[in-house]
Amino acid sequence: MKVGILAYQGGVDEHRYMVVEACKELSISCEVVNVVEKHSASNIDALIIPGGESTTILKLMKRFGVDEVIRKSIENGLPVMGTCAGAILLAKRVKDLKTGRVLQGTLETLDMLVIRNFYGRQRESFEIDLDIQVLGEKPFRGIFIRSPAIVEVGQGVEVMARYGESYVLVRQGKVFASTFHPELSGDTRLHKYFIEFVKR
Amino acid sequence: MERLWNTHIIEVGFDKIVEFFYRMSEVADKLRQEGLYFRYGPERLPEIIRIPERGTLRVKYGFPIFQKYGVCMDVTNVEQALIAEEAGATSVMVLDKLPYDVRSSGGIARMASINRIREVMDNVTIPVMAKVRIGHYMEARILEALGIDMIDESEVLTPADEERHINKWLFKVPFVNGARNLGEALRRIYEGASMIRTKGEAGTGNVAEAVKHMRTLMNEVMVLTFMSPEDRMKKAREYGVPYELVDLVSHLRRLPVVNFAAGGIATPADAALMMWLGADGVFVGSGIFKSQDPHIRAEAIVLATSMWWSPDIVLEAQSMIDEAKSMMGIDIRKLKPEELLQVRGV
Repeated sequence: MKVGILAYQGGVDEHRYMVVEACKELSISCEVVNVVEKHSASNIDALIIPGGESTTILKLMKRFGVDEVIRKSIENGLPVMGTCAGAILLAKRVKDLKTGRVLQGTLETLDMLVIRNFYGRQRESFEIDLDIQVLGEKPFRGIFIRSPAIVEVGQGVEVMARYGESYVLVRQGKVFASTFHPELSGDTRLHKYFIEFVKR
Repeated sequence: MERLWNTHIIEVGFDKIVEFFYRMSEVADKLRQEGLYFRYGPERLPEIIRIPERGTLRVKYGFPIFQKYGVCMDVTNVEQALIAEEAGATSVMVLDKLPYDVRSSGGIARMASINRIREVMDNVTIPVMAKVRIGHYMEARILEALGIDMIDESEVLTPADEERHINKWLFKVPFVNGARNLGEALRRIYEGASMIRTKGEAGTGNVAEAVKHMRTLMNEVMVLTFMSPEDRMKKAREYGVPYELVDLVSHLRRLPVVNFAAGGIATPADAALMMWLGADGVFVGSGIFKSQDPHIRAEAIVLATSMWWSPDIVLEAQSMIDEAKSMMGIDIRKLKPEELLQVRGV
């Protein structure tokens, strides 16, 4: 299996580590590649969009025309997991809490409204144990760093986990988005779930 | 293009590094409960967290992870901050004066005006950092209360304590500190820094010192990995940090926290050079807003930092700027010893 990670900026190496660990545990042979240019964006079995600054990643992605390639691949059934900034980039509608600014030109594949910096600044960043039914009884440590929130989802979007009034893990078709950072938790269950989903 | 040193390869997960620091403070934690010890480590967490826990080690060490391969830019007002955000900066550092002006104006350099910082915080969506004087707990408390995203305990400002740094474990907000070598870096990490940057020589537009500091640090890390345990013990005593921390570094073959380059970076090529030398990202101070082409230069440096490994893209970035418009710069050899900023806070 060939897993691509959008590698302009942010937690790229941390995701690579978790994908490799998850595949080891599942005894699946896998290759992890960095996606940065058009040719590296095609020919992959799955894509991970890591956390980082969404404005930075979006700008670089557009510069290289990679957003178009990814949008098409998703239409053709490419499984994608976006975490934090990745969730922002996948969303149809994005707004910033404080400045009210709308972020335009995202991949617009997941039918949801995402509010950037929803929980506040770094001071308000937090850890909490989440209940994610598909991962079993044991709670999953959610690490939220200046994280956005999913506040509205369209029909056809499955909510997999929530925190308070907001949604933190959702799925539409083959596209997953989390507002927390599973790659920092040391818990490979979500990565394993995604890889097994891709395999199916 | 390959890195000079494979500092980006992660063979030990983020969580195991965090666990290491929690474990290290476990004994002290127990002793403290008996009233025997001063807090010098992270506070332990409950097994299950049902009410949000803020300012934890995962959150503090995690914040810089999402700055990796990015550029933090020094700005002095909202207008510059918006230019930086538009150009793709991953964060901004608010100052009253750019390091170059700190140098030329002389006098005491202190924390930036609160109103200036607040204004920037209200107008950009990316993280905002600010500097405090070395050892100035109250400037740091003020910025923490203001809600700044990261504090730079910086040698660019005039030190408030000439012999001690802030005990950063006492804060919920993450700190970044400068270092010229592995000893300085590990002492800062042991004091609770969540991120390290090279000191370089700020405000000179000369990357030579940043190169020297990054190479020194990386060399010292590599040397550790081949050392006998006895020699590592000796190193730990020399550095003034626990043996376990030295051992962790030799095992990771890199610093356990994110490590940026700073001090004198002025062009896309400078940024790419620092990335090749093993930096996780860069801070650009005077280099952008002391040049004649800040808009395009900011964008070019972002591009070169993210894609430093591709000569074609670095060429593209470098062609966006005009060398005639680069900041003039200062020859470090012409500075008097007392004008060097990097010797502050060892």
